Amino acid sequence: MIAQNFEYTRPKNLEEALSLLADGNAKVLAGGMSLVPLMKLRLASPESLVDIARLPELNYIREEGGALHLGAAVTHYQLESSAVVRSKCPLLAECARQIGDPQVRNRGTLGGSVAHADPSSDYPAVLLALEARVLMISAAGGDRTIGYEDFLVDTFTTALEPGEVVREIAVPVEDNRTGYSYQKVLQPASGFAIVGIAVRLRNDGGRIADARVAVTGLGGKPYRARNVENALNGLAGGAAELQHAVATIAEGIDANTDIHASAEYRKHLARVYAIRAVAVALSRAQ
Amino acid sequence: MATTITKHETLVGTSIRRKEDPRLITGTATYVDDIQMPGMHHACILRSPYAAAKIRGIDKQAALDLPGVVAVYTGEDTKDVGPVPCGASLPGLRVPHHYILAIDRVYFVGHPVAVVVATDRYIARDAVDLIEVDFDPQAAVADPEKALAPGAPAVHPEWPDNTAFTYLQDGGDIDAAFRDAEVVVKERIVSQRLIPSPMEGRGVVADWKSGDKALTIYTSTQIPHLARTLIAMMLGVPEHRMRIVAPEVGGGFGSKLNVYAEEALMGFVAMHTGKPVKWIESRRENFTTTIHGRGHVDYLEMAAKKDGTILGLKIKLIQDLGAYHQLLTPAIPTLSVLMMPGLYRFKNVHAEIVGVFTNCVPTDAYRGAGRPEATHTIERMVDILAAELKMDPAELRFKNFVGNDEFPFATATGLSYDSGNYAAPLRKALEMVDYDKLREEQKQAREEGRLMGIGMSAYGEICAFGPSPATPAGGWESATVKIEPSGTVTVLTGVSPHGQGEETTFAQIAADELGLNLDDIVVQHGDTAIVQYGIGTFGSRATAVGGTALYFALQDLKAKLKRFGGMLLNSDDVTLGNGVCVCNKSGKTVTLAEMAGASYRAMSLPANTEPGLMATHFWEPPNFTFPFGAHIAVTEVDRDTGAIEVKRYVAVDDCGNIINPLIVAGQIHGGVAQGLGQALCEIAVYDDDGQLLSGEFMDYAIPKATTMPWIETAHTVTPSPVNPLGVKGVGEAGTIGASPAIVNSVVDALSPLGVRHLDMPMTPERIWNVIQKGVQS
Repeated sequence: MIAQNFEYTRPKNLEEALSLLADGNAKVLAGGMSLVPLMKLRLASPESLVDIARLPELNYIREEGGALHLGAAVTHYQLESSAVVRSKCPLLAECARQIGDPQVRNRGTLGGSVAHADPSSDYPAVLLALEARVLMISAAGGDRTIGYEDFLVDTFTTALEPGEVVREIAVPVEDNRTGYSYQKVLQPASGFAIVGIAVRLRNDGGRIADARVAVTGLGGKPYRARNVENALNGLAGGAAELQHAVATIAEGIDANTDIHASAEYRKHLARVYAIRAVAVALSRAQ
Repeated sequence: MATTITKHETLVGTSIRRKEDPRLITGTATYVDDIQMPGMHHACILRSPYAAAKIRGIDKQAALDLPGVVAVYTGEDTKDVGPVPCGASLPGLRVPHHYILAIDRVYFVGHPVAVVVATDRYIARDAVDLIEVDFDPQAAVADPEKALAPGAPAVHPEWPDNTAFTYLQDGGDIDAAFRDAEVVVKERIVSQRLIPSPMEGRGVVADWKSGDKALTIYTSTQIPHLARTLIAMMLGVPEHRMRIVAPEVGGGFGSKLNVYAEEALMGFVAMHTGKPVKWIESRRENFTTTIHGRGHVDYLEMAAKKDGTILGLKIKLIQDLGAYHQLLTPAIPTLSVLMMPGLYRFKNVHAEIVGVFTNCVPTDAYRGAGRPEATHTIERMVDILAAELKMDPAELRFKNFVGNDEFPFATATGLSYDSGNYAAPLRKALEMVDYDKLREEQKQAREEGRLMGIGMSAYGEICAFGPSPATPAGGWESATVKIEPSGTVTVLTGVSPHGQGEETTFAQIAADELGLNLDDIVVQHGDTAIVQYGIGTFGSRATAVGGTALYFALQDLKAKLKRFGGMLLNSDDVTLGNGVCVCNKSGKTVTLAEMAGASYRAMSLPANTEPGLMATHFWEPPNFTFPFGAHIAVTEVDRDTGAIEVKRYVAVDDCGNIINPLIVAGQIHGGVAQGLGQALCEIAVYDDDGQLLSGEFMDYAIPKATTMPWIETAHTVTPSPVNPLGVKGVGEAGTIGASPAIVNSVVDALSPLGVRHLDMPMTPERIWNVIQKGVQS
């Protein structure tokens, strides 16, 4: 459990960080909760690390223009405990609270997790359901913002180009009538999601409206279950109709199988937890 | 003196916080990895990535060329070091020669192949990647039943049947029992492979003093003296020039009741390089190369009368040994057989053990070592019988318990149960959960379609190993008590605590006997240069055997103290107590410090009395001790997901007299956690190629603080007649009682679906599958 030799730099500011990362050879360290274990197992052997986790320019939670702007270096604990996040985007706080353990939540960062794109991590489901946007920057300039759904390309793969860094995640401020829920089945050893379901919806006179449902942990890539969303809109939330509405949530998904859960069981859990998440979200929607 | 405990207060029986804790919680304890020595090298081991392969060649040149690398040794270099020892002997046992580094073949993933010695641990690790080993992979077998099938790959080519031994044990008349049976129940019960997972892995520092031809090995072990004898033999170092130090040891759970290749290997390296060397095991190495526990497949048949009287039990026990015998590997299943009768009166047993080689890391003692498997199977079988007879499981147990007037009770497996009141803990546990009301609640829950279960176990265990004739290395224990000239006391114990708290409990015993404060006593252990020979800490033996040795050493010393007291008081009629000696005529007293001072100053001496105050006692126990208890678990199963919630957990244990209730509670809590881990989530998974899939804590699930239920503990107290302290042992009790209580509870929850048995770990998916089948049928 000893990593290969590597250089470690903790730049003083974002500009210096970007220039260190410009040639694309260095790897960003943004909390290290995933990268460091990989390095210790020698599954990753970067020659150089640039530690951005403590850059003040990347650590902010701001409400502006109808969105919450979250710096990449904001820790899971900050999200879980922030009064602004809890009132303006409670789904994100609910998700952050369920990540790892207190040690991981104190060190791990939103940007680090998003850039790592582990298909069993918790944020993807929630960021998809929130229709989050990702701001990326690089030394070469040309900052760009894209939707999280486009940012997430595949297993451990994102739209980040070499030299590019996640600077910020923006999520829309939710009005307090929105119902939400993140329901997760924990892998018993690692605490990652065997399946995680994020639901965000509105209550339109007793009927589900504007439902968004996203799934993490099931397959190689977290996804929005739009067919389920469509099926949910307009329903009153009765058990039988919910069961029917979520029936296709895992359809066409090449679900993971490992020693903790088979594909068939994962798909079943996705359906069960989708119903539970919708029911909780609906109970919270006013 | 800093202690708040006032003199003369009786300490035994009191909840005292551990003397060990301040150094542990302030980070000032010294573990192996904290040891630094001038010029110390660091070692890293190249291990086999294959479960079975021939080694065609090893090229170590690139590693040697890396700056900072001091040496690279392979099996060719170390082949004259004696084999890793197996201390167990069974008739006809096949013992493969266990070289400390592989020679021409590897037998499991993690098998050590070469060692790099370098100036720092990072260079050593890098150099391992530079060694080129030409492996020729061979077919492997990782499952014991598959290994027994005809045509299975041979783990050791010289023994194509993969059978290390078969062992038979009969008691009573099993044929008569089955002939008279009105009911026979059968089941196949698995006790899966588990990874012991102490917080601290293994680690070794070896230091060779060439001028003195003396070797010191610091190692994270439970058995420093036995390790000294065995490692000295392996390395050819005379034992009196060999010193073993077990510094702070961060848990073992049996996994450090062993002698490992790396301990001798580091001695070899230090002797060949002339410099101290350190090796610290990584967690990955701990998972793949430190022993595993359990690994049983048991086929059981129980014979009974319709009224519930159990007549006899047959078992065929298939033990997954792994690729080699470590210190006690083949002996562990024999302990299971010994305890097969559990707490019950039946006198007819037939047991057959088949010890099977697999291409996996060896199994050996893990918390409970054979007894959890025994208790799990008998307690499952009793519940299965209860279901068959439609009897209440508590009632069936009460009917078959050995009666209070039957002790000492001779079992069908040749043991003599020392003392017991087996109904008492179960009765108490049933009262604690309000059993009748709980069954009513269950009825209600079932009507609502909820899957609620109530499960119990009544366990017995064999502890305090043990009479020497019944143990591989001697079953006695030793203690030395030194009253220093100023009247403070040093205890040297032959046991080797690594979390059990004997620095506290032994100080309690000594303080009470001598009438001193807790802080007047220091308990030392683990260093063979300081402590007289001892056996070590395992099998819930330390207090029952080591504590008794201490008790007798204290009696010797008290007799001598009394002579000095009499001399100082100029009287033959004196009484010793409360830290003073009193003249019964004049009422004059002398303190323990005054007696100690007089004994060392030796201006005058009592008749036939030597100066000084030191006594050593080696105590041979006449029998094992047999703790017992009853656990009850209330569970509810989520019908939609198969997830199990433990809603209530009650543990009533009888470990004889209790010296420190706080430490006993800690042992029960930790033990239950490990039993619950086996029942619900822990399993070492090897794939068909012998790769360990649960090879890290990211995939091997141990219970966490957040997943543990609240544990309600209580006790009954039945003192052991085997030792004067009346203690039985409690280190493994929680683990032994827990797994059957939980499984019985979940089987009970699912019984409306026709479920009779579930194997461990009862993962949600496994339960969900069972529910699906039940719903469909």
